[in-house]
Amino acid sequence: MRIHSLKRWSVCAAVAVLAVGVVAVVDPAFAQDAAHAVGDAATGHGGEHHSGGLPQLNPASYASQIFWTFVTFGLLLWLMSKVALPRVGEVLEARQEKIANDLDKAGALKAEAEAVMQAYEKAITEARANAHKVIADSVAAADAEGARRNSELAADLAQRARAAEERIQAAQQAALGNVRTVSAEAAQAAVERLVGVSLGADMVGTTVDAVLKERA
Amino acid sequence: MEAEAAKFIGAGLAMLALLGVGIGLGNLFSGLYQAAARNPAAIPAYRTFIFIGFALTEAAGLFALVIAFLILFS
Amino acid sequence: MAGPLEQFEIKQIVHLPVGGLDLSFTNSALHMVAAIVLATGLLIYGMRGRAMVPGRLQSMAELLYEFVAGMVKENAGEKARPYFPFIFSLFVFVLFGNLLGLIPMAFTFTSHIIVTFALAMMVFLFVTILGFVRHGLHFLHLFLPEGTPWFIAWLVIPIEIISYFVRPVSLSVRLFANMLAGHTMLKVFAGFSVSLAGMGAVGLVGGLVPVAMNVALFGLEFLVAAIQAYVFALLSCVYLRDALELH
Repeated sequence: MRIHSLKRWSVCAAVAVLAVGVVAVVDPAFAQDAAHAVGDAATGHGGEHHSGGLPQLNPASYASQIFWTFVTFGLLLWLMSKVALPRVGEVLEARQEKIANDLDKAGALKAEAEAVMQAYEKAITEARANAHKVIADSVAAADAEGARRNSELAADLAQRARAAEERIQAAQQAALGNVRTVSAEAAQAAVERLVGVSLGADMVGTTVDAVLKERA
Repeated sequence: MEAEAAKFIGAGLAMLALLGVGIGLGNLFSGLYQAAARNPAAIPAYRTFIFIGFALTEAAGLFALVIAFLILFS
Repeated sequence: MAGPLEQFEIKQIVHLPVGGLDLSFTNSALHMVAAIVLATGLLIYGMRGRAMVPGRLQSMAELLYEFVAGMVKENAGEKARPYFPFIFSLFVFVLFGNLLGLIPMAFTFTSHIIVTFALAMMVFLFVTILGFVRHGLHFLHLFLPEGTPWFIAWLVIPIEIISYFVRPVSLSVRLFANMLAGHTMLKVFAGFSVSLAGMGAVGLVGGLVPVAMNVALFGLEFLVAAIQAYVFALLSCVYLRDALELH
């Protein structure tokens, strides 16, 4: 970037040198003339050959300049006020209107979008509430079911436990009855063998009962 | 060439007006920069005033220049 | 080779004597015509598309319009709306005159005191007549600010009257002097270059210094051309507000 602009500047400078140089070479009088002219102007001689120094102060041209100033300015004023400015104004107004319209439209669209958004949010909250309700319901149902099953199971288990206990008791009773019979028979047999006396079943029974009672 | 010399002296003297114009422009813009530094948000509001002030102050210098030209070239 | 003041020379193109007055078409008139043709061309040709999204030329035309419209609105008030074309034409006329003058070999009609004075006088008369039409003799209150004590009034009134009548002079001389000074300065520096070029090889290179100076000055002149047109229109707006609203 820097290099480029440097290059450009040096090209410009070279062209300027060339131009001035060519003029100075082609027309040596030119440079001298110029030097004189500058000097003349600075010393006040330059203006001498036309009347009154500053051309601005030469009244000869005043009439024509005033005339043409008013003619051209009047023409410009007419062109501007009748043709050009209304056109620009129209375009600017049309744009303003369009922008205002578009803004209105955008406002309407925005309101619409907001309504849609609200509806959407309402739907979302409803759906969420529904979901909560469904979840709560199913949780409650599941809980109830669980509780029901639990109690059923518990009842079943209790019943079974009771049945089992009864069975155990019955078995125990049976076993205990068996023990009595067996021990009575064994005692009878043992007495018969040892003593040779055959005891009556009733007697053995009462004795065994007594012993059993004692042991128990 | 006495009159000629007097012309140059007169033109030079006319340009002394630039003293005041320099002071004026300095004041003007120092005021602008102070104001702008204190309240940068108000810079657009100063623009019109600064142009008017600049034009009026500078015009004083240019009046002097015109006088100098008149002395030199008429 | 021209002196620095020769660029301001009026040259006759078509001789046109009308009843004792010399109304010749001169280079000055030619540039005025060029200025209004360019200005009108920019506005009409630039707006030919009437596009919703403006192109380059249309943007320039619209920018110009909105710039001046803003200036009139801010400095002359809402009441000045009917006079917008007048201020706009003034601005454009002076601006194009100034800018055309910056083209090498061209003539700067705004560097002629008679032209700027004619414009300033037109503004002055327009504003004064408008003031009297709007407010009648009440317009004379312009010379006596509200609430001035009588013993100061004797001092204030002459000052106000003088400052009022100096308006067209300062308005025209400002523009004329700016253009005159700027263009003379450019030519003087260019003259240095040429006379240095006559001094051989060293002079040729040394002659570049004034050229560089001129490049910078040219930029400054561009700024001045725009600012002076702006100031001319701006002060016209301020005067217009005085006439419309008094103060």
